[in-house]
Amino acid sequence: MSASTLRIALVGNPNCGKTALFNLLTGGRQKVANYAGVTVERKEGRFTAPSGRVLQILDLPGTYSFEANSPDEQITRDVCAGNYPGEAAPDLIICVADATNLRLHLRFVLEVKRLGRPVVLALNMMDTARQRGIVIDVAELQRRLGLPVVETIAVRRGGAKALIERVDGEVPTAAPAQPDDAASRAGLHAQVREILTATVTMPRATAALDDALDRWALHPVFGLLILAVVMFLVFQAVYAAGKPMSDLIGGGFGWLGEHVAALMPAGPLQSLVTNGLFGGIGTVLGFLPVILVLFLFILTLEESGYLPRAAFLLDRLMLSVGLTGRSFIPLLSSFACAIPGIMGTRSIQDPRDRLATILIAPLMTCSARLPVYALLIGAFIPIRYVFGVFNLQGIVLFSLYLVGILGAMAVGWVMKRIRRDKSEHALLMELPSYRMPKLRDVAIGLYERGAIFLKRLTGVILGLTVLMWFISTFPSPPAGATGPAINYSFAGYIGRGLQYIFAPIGFNWQISLALIPAFAARETAVAALATVYLVGGEASGGLGHALAGQISLASALSLLVWFAYAPQCMSTLAVIRRETNSWRNVAISFGYMFGMAYAASFIVYQIARMLT
Amino acid sequence: MRLSELPKGAPAVVDRVHDAHAADPIAQRLRDLGFVDGEPVRVVAIGPMGGDPVLIQIGYTRFALRRAEAARVSVRSEVAA
Repeated sequence: MSASTLRIALVGNPNCGKTALFNLLTGGRQKVANYAGVTVERKEGRFTAPSGRVLQILDLPGTYSFEANSPDEQITRDVCAGNYPGEAAPDLIICVADATNLRLHLRFVLEVKRLGRPVVLALNMMDTARQRGIVIDVAELQRRLGLPVVETIAVRRGGAKALIERVDGEVPTAAPAQPDDAASRAGLHAQVREILTATVTMPRATAALDDALDRWALHPVFGLLILAVVMFLVFQAVYAAGKPMSDLIGGGFGWLGEHVAALMPAGPLQSLVTNGLFGGIGTVLGFLPVILVLFLFILTLEESGYLPRAAFLLDRLMLSVGLTGRSFIPLLSSFACAIPGIMGTRSIQDPRDRLATILIAPLMTCSARLPVYALLIGAFIPIRYVFGVFNLQGIVLFSLYLVGILGAMAVGWVMKRIRRDKSEHALLMELPSYRMPKLRDVAIGLYERGAIFLKRLTGVILGLTVLMWFISTFPSPPAGATGPAINYSFAGYIGRGLQYIFAPIGFNWQISLALIPAFAARETAVAALATVYLVGGEASGGLGHALAGQISLASALSLLVWFAYAPQCMSTLAVIRRETNSWRNVAISFGYMFGMAYAASFIVYQIARMLT
Repeated sequence: MRLSELPKGAPAVVDRVHDAHAADPIAQRLRDLGFVDGEPVRVVAIGPMGGDPVLIQIGYTRFALRRAEAARVSVRSEVAA
């Protein structure tokens, strides 16, 4: 028996500390994948018990009940019951319950027991329970439940020692399976009440600290104020730490590319290395600091229990445009970059709400739009003061942010009207106790997000960057050509072809051409415009001057609005593909954003042309 | 009285959860979460916009419910229980 592998499934209510326990048991040795066909994460880890036996632990999604409401809950139910295709039934189920919240969690323990499989109950957060003066008669609890009960403290080193010893010993015998019908389900609550009366003494229902903090955090005025301050700090951190690091990495790879290029003979290979490979790797890695900084905050807020409070405060606002309170943080993150925003929608359990959030996230004005906005505003909008205090350039920039938000609200509203599934989707959200975030859990979470991004997306983004390089470089200009090389490339041909499509919105062929490399990353539009207009260097002052001489104000305004809505970022589309596991959603995103950008630019261009 | 009409801080006990339509998954989930006959409940906070959602204390747990969800739960005042 000692050499065999024991398959263990870890289950429990949301917020029972299950993932912290999983991290404690397996350390960093986890394998994160997806269940086939759905976007639910499958987390597996293993460790070797003192006896030498290998324990393979599957961390199942948290659920309140086997009466499943969402895909992740269905998976938990089916895996536990041994009905999930391709997943062997577990040899042992460890059911985790929060010792401070047994009224809720014991009911699920009873449900798990009825499956008729070997079950061990891990009574977690025993440290908090003791602090709050909660007394649990574990021996009596064990007797009444008919299950082995082990105390654990997932946030403390060695806090799972007793659990490991218990699991490493004899597998407990299973209680006989019981039929799952409505009548017996209804009796579960009465059973829980009976067990609680006999085994648990609670001095008070909630932690005094929670009550005190929530009085402020959920206050109609101060609560919103605190939320605004928290968000402000997150953004400051992203721009103070994440953005400079991103720029440094992008610049570093550019520099590295040039130096490698210096060692190579001039020609297509040199260009591929500098512009294609190093440029591409720089783009991919450049996203990483922003992603990590944002997730550092998101994970910390989530671990501390604040995230659901923020969702509580904003649910009504988000609901009015067909979203949920939980959409707020991912959407806000999208102002830095849509990629971590879309990755952050994993905290939205409801698949419909999650998809709606993913679809509108790219409309938030991300930081990559800023260089384009800065160039065009600097070139076309005069520095003039409105009412003596407001700079006109600042007003235009602010309006562009507003254009993004209003557009997103409109799209959310329309989606709410046209979607087939008009059923009511619940909020029903637990506000867990506040907790000090643990470094280990935040670090493991950060590592997972970073690894997912690098592993799953590097290939796609790098491939597309090289493709963009290829069509912007080949074929080479003919001998004696006078224009910039890109004019003679495939991109040049495509750009000239596109100008007929883009003429009604005021784009000439140079702009149309610049939009092609800008599909790799919005900020490259500036460099592309500089190239086609033959402006040496990247000094935006010179480029702005050149642009102002060749493009009308109407076209410039139209281009600004275009960048607010257009799907000009293939990395975002790659993330949508990865997070929703569907090309259809990529097509929908691209299609609606293209249509919306075209329509908005058309209106702006035509009106501006009439007025100027 | 429905839970959605319960004033903030007033103690009450759950009577039952009503299905808004046949096989209402939200009503079922509310029952699974402990909204069953005789369980004490209290509104501890209300949302800043339109008083929606409401924060309900039940057992040792706090749940944020939208008004439409809270309206599925009928409650009676503690004294009558």
